[in-house]
Amino acid sequence: MSKSEDANVGRRNFLSNAAALAASVPVALAAAQAPGQESAPPTKVEVQTTDRPGADFMIDVFKSLGFEYVCANPGSAFRAIQESVVNYGGNSKPEFITCCHEESSVAMGHGYFKVEGKPMLVFAHGTVGLQHASMAIYNAFCDRVPVFIVLGNNLNAATRRSSVDWVHSVQDAPSLVRDFTKFDDSPVSLSQFAESCVRAYKVAMTAPSAPVVLVADAELSETPIVGRTDLTIPKLTRASPPAGDSAAVAELAGMLIESQNPVIVAGRLARTPDGMAHLVELAELLQSPVVDSGVRMNFPNRHRLNLSANSRALVENADLVLGLEVPDFYGLVNSISRQLEYSAHLITKAKLACISAGDRLAKSNYQEFQRYQAVDLDLAADAEATLPSLVEAVKQRMNGGRRRDLEARGAKIAQQHAAIWAKARLDASYAWDASPVSVARLCSELWAQIRNEDWCLANSSGIFVSNWPLRLWDFDKPYRHIGGSGGAGMGYGAPAAVGAALANKKRGRLTVNIQTDGDLMYAPGVLWTAAHHRIPLLTVMHNNRAYHQEMMEVQVAANQHNRGIERAHIGTSIDDPNINYAKLAESMGMMGIGPIDKPGDLAPAIRRGIETVKRGEPVLIDVVTQPR
Amino acid sequence: MNLSIVTRLMLALALWALPVAGQPSAKAGDAGNGKKLYIADGCYECHGLQGQGGSSAPVGSYGPRLARPKLPVEAIRAYVRHPGGGMPPYTPKVLSDSQIDDIYAFLKTIPAPPPVKDIPLLNE
Repeated sequence: MSKSEDANVGRRNFLSNAAALAASVPVALAAAQAPGQESAPPTKVEVQTTDRPGADFMIDVFKSLGFEYVCANPGSAFRAIQESVVNYGGNSKPEFITCCHEESSVAMGHGYFKVEGKPMLVFAHGTVGLQHASMAIYNAFCDRVPVFIVLGNNLNAATRRSSVDWVHSVQDAPSLVRDFTKFDDSPVSLSQFAESCVRAYKVAMTAPSAPVVLVADAELSETPIVGRTDLTIPKLTRASPPAGDSAAVAELAGMLIESQNPVIVAGRLARTPDGMAHLVELAELLQSPVVDSGVRMNFPNRHRLNLSANSRALVENADLVLGLEVPDFYGLVNSISRQLEYSAHLITKAKLACISAGDRLAKSNYQEFQRYQAVDLDLAADAEATLPSLVEAVKQRMNGGRRRDLEARGAKIAQQHAAIWAKARLDASYAWDASPVSVARLCSELWAQIRNEDWCLANSSGIFVSNWPLRLWDFDKPYRHIGGSGGAGMGYGAPAAVGAALANKKRGRLTVNIQTDGDLMYAPGVLWTAAHHRIPLLTVMHNNRAYHQEMMEVQVAANQHNRGIERAHIGTSIDDPNINYAKLAESMGMMGIGPIDKPGDLAPAIRRGIETVKRGEPVLIDVVTQPR
Repeated sequence: MNLSIVTRLMLALALWALPVAGQPSAKAGDAGNGKKLYIADGCYECHGLQGQGGSSAPVGSYGPRLARPKLPVEAIRAYVRHPGGGMPPYTPKVLSDSQIDDIYAFLKTIPAPPPVKDIPLLNE
């Protein structure tokens, strides 16, 4: 790197003032004088301190953007910034949250955003830290969640002090994650740092959202800025999200009104609490069934128009399928065989329409964009931002006769909805008293204890718990669950739950985490983070002692190879020895209860756990469960 | 006849709905051995240790309930040999007909659950 202009100016200013400051600043003279001897004045002063490093200005930038917390595992490459956070910044906005792994830092930011609606600040080494963080960044990217990541680095080779400085330095730090971040920059001046941070924040938060990366060079952060008056921070301007154009919205409104059997499928629709309200209004206006795919809290699960459990049949029989930020529209309308010979076919003759900002964040290398599906109408726009105009367009075109017809359709849908709920309760009754505990029983016992609280399920609402919470609980508010990882990368759940709990803390909400064992074992140190920072969180282990999803994958392969599946547990089990998660939690400084393998023991344990969480502490209850 | 996966699945599901009475039945299997096979062959992974079933849509629907089957054993055999969806095929090389009969016998012995109305937690 060429020497930064700002850094040089700062350094020159400082050195020119150094002689005047020598009496008050503890400096060492290069040429020592013997008492009583005359000698030439010292030609060089070794500067050892400054009252105002560049890192202080960086903290001013972070404060201007309103970050509440910074999650980080400490790292020498950003030591000056960390010191400024805790001293100059008063360890408040942002407050330093000590993490034991950079993957935990980012995943905490992932969960935090989905409750708070603001990005988390994360610090990491530009080399070793970013490599640890990369999986969690990929999850956040796939899930369209912004995380603001600041990397420490020492680009100027002439100022690296140790061999470790060299192995911790990199020419182009963000390149490691450029395939799955939305913006990055490596500023060479503090002025550029401020401008890039504000730009990055705006870019990260404009739908489609995604992580961003800024490099905070060590030389910039450690250079004195005493007397600098030229450093300013640009004002943050928030951009409105991209909404669908009026002609396409009008066409879609006409299609929806004319449709006899529409189905609305919601993916990553609800970016804010408004998303759910808009979708409810549209569905009720059209008396259309809704499938909420579970990756966001889009639609109340007990709403009479929610037919999520019938998604396949609805798509098959529909004459119009409308996808709202559906990540895999191809998978929605096609049947793909899981057998040895690949085959896929369209399962519906319906017209297909979608509103999605997905193409606006298209990247080439990582294939998270899913298979291409031709549709009849495609709005490359943010669905939540488009829904209000779509609702208005439908209202304008809907006449009274059509409205009455639709009411009859709504009544039939309500009957189907009731049948789904009855079936779920019947399904849950099987293996009710089993040991290990059935997942349905676990979720039922948990629901009984939290249903009168203001709760948020921050982890495992979906496939790893066989959707039981969505099949049994009442998800009536936008924050009741926060969806999944996005990239299906393990290790997300526990830190995301802690991050969500951090955001829920000031709201007084009871945060619940149904924690799978395999996920927790990626980076269990996040339990210590929760205990250390007094983050109230009820973690209930879904301890099935295996990576069962992967065991099933091995089973499929073994049977396809005609070998039987008796050995599918090899490499997929987490037993021999069994892990005692209650003791693990206790070792991290939080209350641990269990292991519990009898369903009758669950209720008192959960009650005890909730009492402790309400006192502001995290609790873990270890429950030995069936696979799914 | 070369039935498509979907057709086979629909056939199996249709058979599932048939009443038990009057169905042709194979010789009774060994329920004790069937329980061992049910675990060893990994049926429990998707269908639960007591055949209670797994997940339902929208996120990953798989592993329907097997406990107390209404399907005749012949339909089970047919589906196990040529399944649809995400279930892997079990050929005679890895699971014999008599072993399927044993698993079927085990599934038949699974007790009925308590009525939903008698489970307070499911009526809240």
